[in-house]
Amino acid sequence: MERFLFLTFDGLSRGAVYAAFALALVLIWRAARIVNFAQGAMAVATAYAGYSVASATGSYWLGFAVAIVAGLLLGAAVERVVMRFVDHSSPLNGVVVALGLVLVIQAVLGMLYGNEYRPAAAPFSRSAFQVGGVALLSRFDLFVFAAVSAVVGLLGLLFTRTAVGLRMRAAAFAPDVSRLLGVPVAGMLTLGWALAAAVGSLAGLLVLPTELGLHPNAMDLVFVSSFTAAVVGGLDSAVGAVVGGLVVGLLLSFVSGYLGATVAPMAVLALLLVVLLGRPGGLFTRGRARAA
Amino acid sequence: MTGRTWLRHLAFLLPAAVAVLALTYLLPPFRTYQLATVGAYLCVTAGLTVLTGLNGQLSLGHGALMATGAYTLALTQNALAGRGQWTLLVSTAAAVVVTTAVGAVIGCAAARLRGPYLAGLTLAVAVVVPSVTSTFESVFNSDQGLSVALDPPPLALGATFPYERWQAWLSWAGALLTLFLLANLVRGRFGRNLRAVRDDEAAARLAGISVARTQVSAFVVSAACAGLGGALFAVLAQSVSPGAFPLTLSLFLLMAVVIGGLGSLTGAVCGAVLLVALPAATHSLTDAVHVSPAVAQRLEGNLPLAVFGVVLIVVMLALPGGLASLGRTLRRERPDP
Amino acid sequence: MTPSMRRGLAVLAALALTAGCSGDGQGSGGGGTPGVTDTEILVGTHMPLTGPAAAGYSKIAPATRAYFDYVNANGGVHGRKITYKIMDDTYNPATTQQVVRELVLQDKVFAILNGLGTPTHSGVLDFLKTNRVPDLFVASGSRSWDQPDKYPGTFGFNPDYTVEGKILATHVKAAHADHKACFLGQDDDFGRDSLAGIEQILGPVAAKQSYVTSNPNVGPQMGALKQSGCQVVMLATVPGFTALAIGTAAKIGWRPQFVVSNVGADPATLTRSLGASAPLLEGLVATNYLPLATDDANPWIQLYRKVNSAHNGNAQLDNNVVYGMSVGYLFVQSLQAAGPDLTREKLIAAVEKGGFTGPGLAPLRFSPDDHSGYGGERLTRITGGKAVYFGTAYQTDEGDGPVQAYQAAPVAPPPNGIPAAS
Repeated sequence: MERFLFLTFDGLSRGAVYAAFALALVLIWRAARIVNFAQGAMAVATAYAGYSVASATGSYWLGFAVAIVAGLLLGAAVERVVMRFVDHSSPLNGVVVALGLVLVIQAVLGMLYGNEYRPAAAPFSRSAFQVGGVALLSRFDLFVFAAVSAVVGLLGLLFTRTAVGLRMRAAAFAPDVSRLLGVPVAGMLTLGWALAAAVGSLAGLLVLPTELGLHPNAMDLVFVSSFTAAVVGGLDSAVGAVVGGLVVGLLLSFVSGYLGATVAPMAVLALLLVVLLGRPGGLFTRGRARAA
Repeated sequence: MTGRTWLRHLAFLLPAAVAVLALTYLLPPFRTYQLATVGAYLCVTAGLTVLTGLNGQLSLGHGALMATGAYTLALTQNALAGRGQWTLLVSTAAAVVVTTAVGAVIGCAAARLRGPYLAGLTLAVAVVVPSVTSTFESVFNSDQGLSVALDPPPLALGATFPYERWQAWLSWAGALLTLFLLANLVRGRFGRNLRAVRDDEAAARLAGISVARTQVSAFVVSAACAGLGGALFAVLAQSVSPGAFPLTLSLFLLMAVVIGGLGSLTGAVCGAVLLVALPAATHSLTDAVHVSPAVAQRLEGNLPLAVFGVVLIVVMLALPGGLASLGRTLRRERPDP
Repeated sequence: MTPSMRRGLAVLAALALTAGCSGDGQGSGGGGTPGVTDTEILVGTHMPLTGPAAAGYSKIAPATRAYFDYVNANGGVHGRKITYKIMDDTYNPATTQQVVRELVLQDKVFAILNGLGTPTHSGVLDFLKTNRVPDLFVASGSRSWDQPDKYPGTFGFNPDYTVEGKILATHVKAAHADHKACFLGQDDDFGRDSLAGIEQILGPVAAKQSYVTSNPNVGPQMGALKQSGCQVVMLATVPGFTALAIGTAAKIGWRPQFVVSNVGADPATLTRSLGASAPLLEGLVATNYLPLATDDANPWIQLYRKVNSAHNGNAQLDNNVVYGMSVGYLFVQSLQAAGPDLTREKLIAAVEKGGFTGPGLAPLRFSPDDHSGYGGERLTRITGGKAVYFGTAYQTDEGDGPVQAYQAAPVAPPPNGIPAAS
């Protein structure tokens, strides 16, 4: 029982960070109908920017703010400078350009910071509270939960309660009609990329302290787990991303704990098969599951 | 499909074979080895471009299918070691059969999925390789992998026959056979069905095409090609290990067919050439840059990577139809006589 | 498809042309030995310079090259300058195949030096053997390099993981006799060989867990070890996972004694990746067999510091740099011993003759029937943020031989920092 409790809390805190990153993927999918394979590399780049500022000033929160703002800017820049000029008649062109971006970003980070792990600081203690000798959650885990809930809440408000959010959704779903109705489609797209990249940066700041640290490739594996989470939840659903993240986190923890770490990727594949064969559009997709 | 199509394709196959043969005598050994690697990749990219380009199904998991072929070849070959040159044919056939079976299973699941969901599933397939080799360690020997028992080139070719030339012959025999079969296959009814399903599923269904069956067969054909490519890969490397089939391989394969030109076999050739030539070219290009040791330390390895990425992006922006569309674009711009 | 096939042919022809033009350029040198001319020796290596496995390791080859540049600046070896060609294989065995073939077939290197990694390097053993390329001082502790009958040109450098496991376990047996010792290891040869050595001395460990590099969460494993009541945790981990294991243990409120393999214990790397949590490293026990980068009084470190500032862009001097330069030193020793009339056979004979002394604290075991590298290690403990040696150096073998103290006094470097011709 102790072991079960321990693994559950371990899985939940891992799952929360996957959820955060999955949210960024969902956001960009909703805004631009593209899976942004460069999301991880972009998040790492902004985390490095935050790291540089934090180590120069000694303030974690200043670095945190810089990383988020850098995310907004980088997202907008990637859309304006590169993605806008991609021929989207084949969805794969965007994917290949994103993969090219990954290589460029990782190479530039490697040149600037070297291929070494750097410490990723956490703003709160990572020592877990103990109940009856079982380590449950740390302050940092609580911070992660709070941040992820806040992002879900704010995004929900943005998309359902504000004019900008409605325009963004309209621009993504029916660009031509929206254009006729006077929605600045191109601007909405840029905004979508900026927002998604900022959420990605936040996710990076939440994930990196729990892993090996800052490294140009630090988010590669997180990308795989989070993409899985987003697919399990359904790429159109923010709630789905959170549920998917927690499910993947719990599964990885239980399988590693009870069966061994080597089995985990096979368990993830099995999870995807089971979920997608039952619901080909993920758990939380309504209606046209087979579209896109 | 008529017999004439077969003959016409054969008429192009033979000069191609002669060209490759000539190359293996003209090129120095390392270039011959690179040529052999192009051949192995070509099997995979040709199959992938049929799946993704002609049938519209995305696969991020072809690296894992290659691994299936490579491990099957290694296990069969090692079990039959020392019985003679013919065993290579048997183990290559085994590799294709096993990979086809695995492809059929994935294809059945894939046929129900679209877009990013298919990407997600195949991505999970791509990353499962090390997990399988570690869990069934007694068979696959974990991260260390297996070495492949291979015979030297047949003595009939002479005692000093270069091994790289023999490898190039093997891999291009596989590649040209793959191209020939695929070219005939996509020209026929199968190819029409593939495209019909890609362009409009509802219309295809109305025309009496079984959408699911077409999609599964596309995956099966593509998997067979990947299995052959993987088997050749193992022959070239004389070893197999999970590290040789990372997620990046699957992603690079996809990049190769898109950059080459999606849906065309010419594009598959361009893509396979790029997979081998571009990393090597960027490396020798950046090797020529002379800077101070401190700067050199930063650039080492990173500069080729950056150049590689920039080339990908620029090609994709300038030629959205891939390199294979270059000729078409040029022709269109030339005034008709 | 017909026009497309025609275009395919055109592509092939173009490929033929470009490939034909680029040719193989460099021929072999005057004496007929590949990679050797009267003025130059060309040597190559494969290393992960980029990608997740590059952390730390990417500093090794540049350090080796810096040492060669130092030797070259002082006249080279028998009048020849050493050129060291470093190829990035990103720790992908398929890429290793390509780059090693390029080095051997295209660049015609004289030897492959210090190729890094067990899965990567095992794939090219047969190729190097077929081409009779000396394959010196492989950077990995696998036992595969010590097969003189099967691979006569391949030699190891690192003490193998079993030797190391035996020495670590000897310490645990003496210092923590009544403590419960457990094990966390990488799920490959590294973990397996290390555990074999440990269990040979300690008997079965109280609990063992493994991890895979593709899953950077060792929470479940550390939780299980804590629950088993382990007091000593022996790690066969790469540096990132050493830091992760120590950080995770602290997170769940657990402070066992960590005893770590040399591979995963470089204090500079660990301190960097733990950041503010670096004090957790206090008391960590590990092993080493080369001078420690922080030991400023050591004459070897003084030499390496000089080389580092003159030829290595003044990179941070950590144990990876020390390792790289020590490899360079041993290679120059081997070249000196092979004599002015350099051939591949003479180089291999010179290494097999053995008898090298240098920065190492343990004996190099080279002989005609032993191609393994260092045969022992000495224990280190992190005190005040710095690793320091304690106790005596040990030597042992990978079989069931005893773990013995190695008493030979350390050797000082030659005054000019370059091994003399023997």
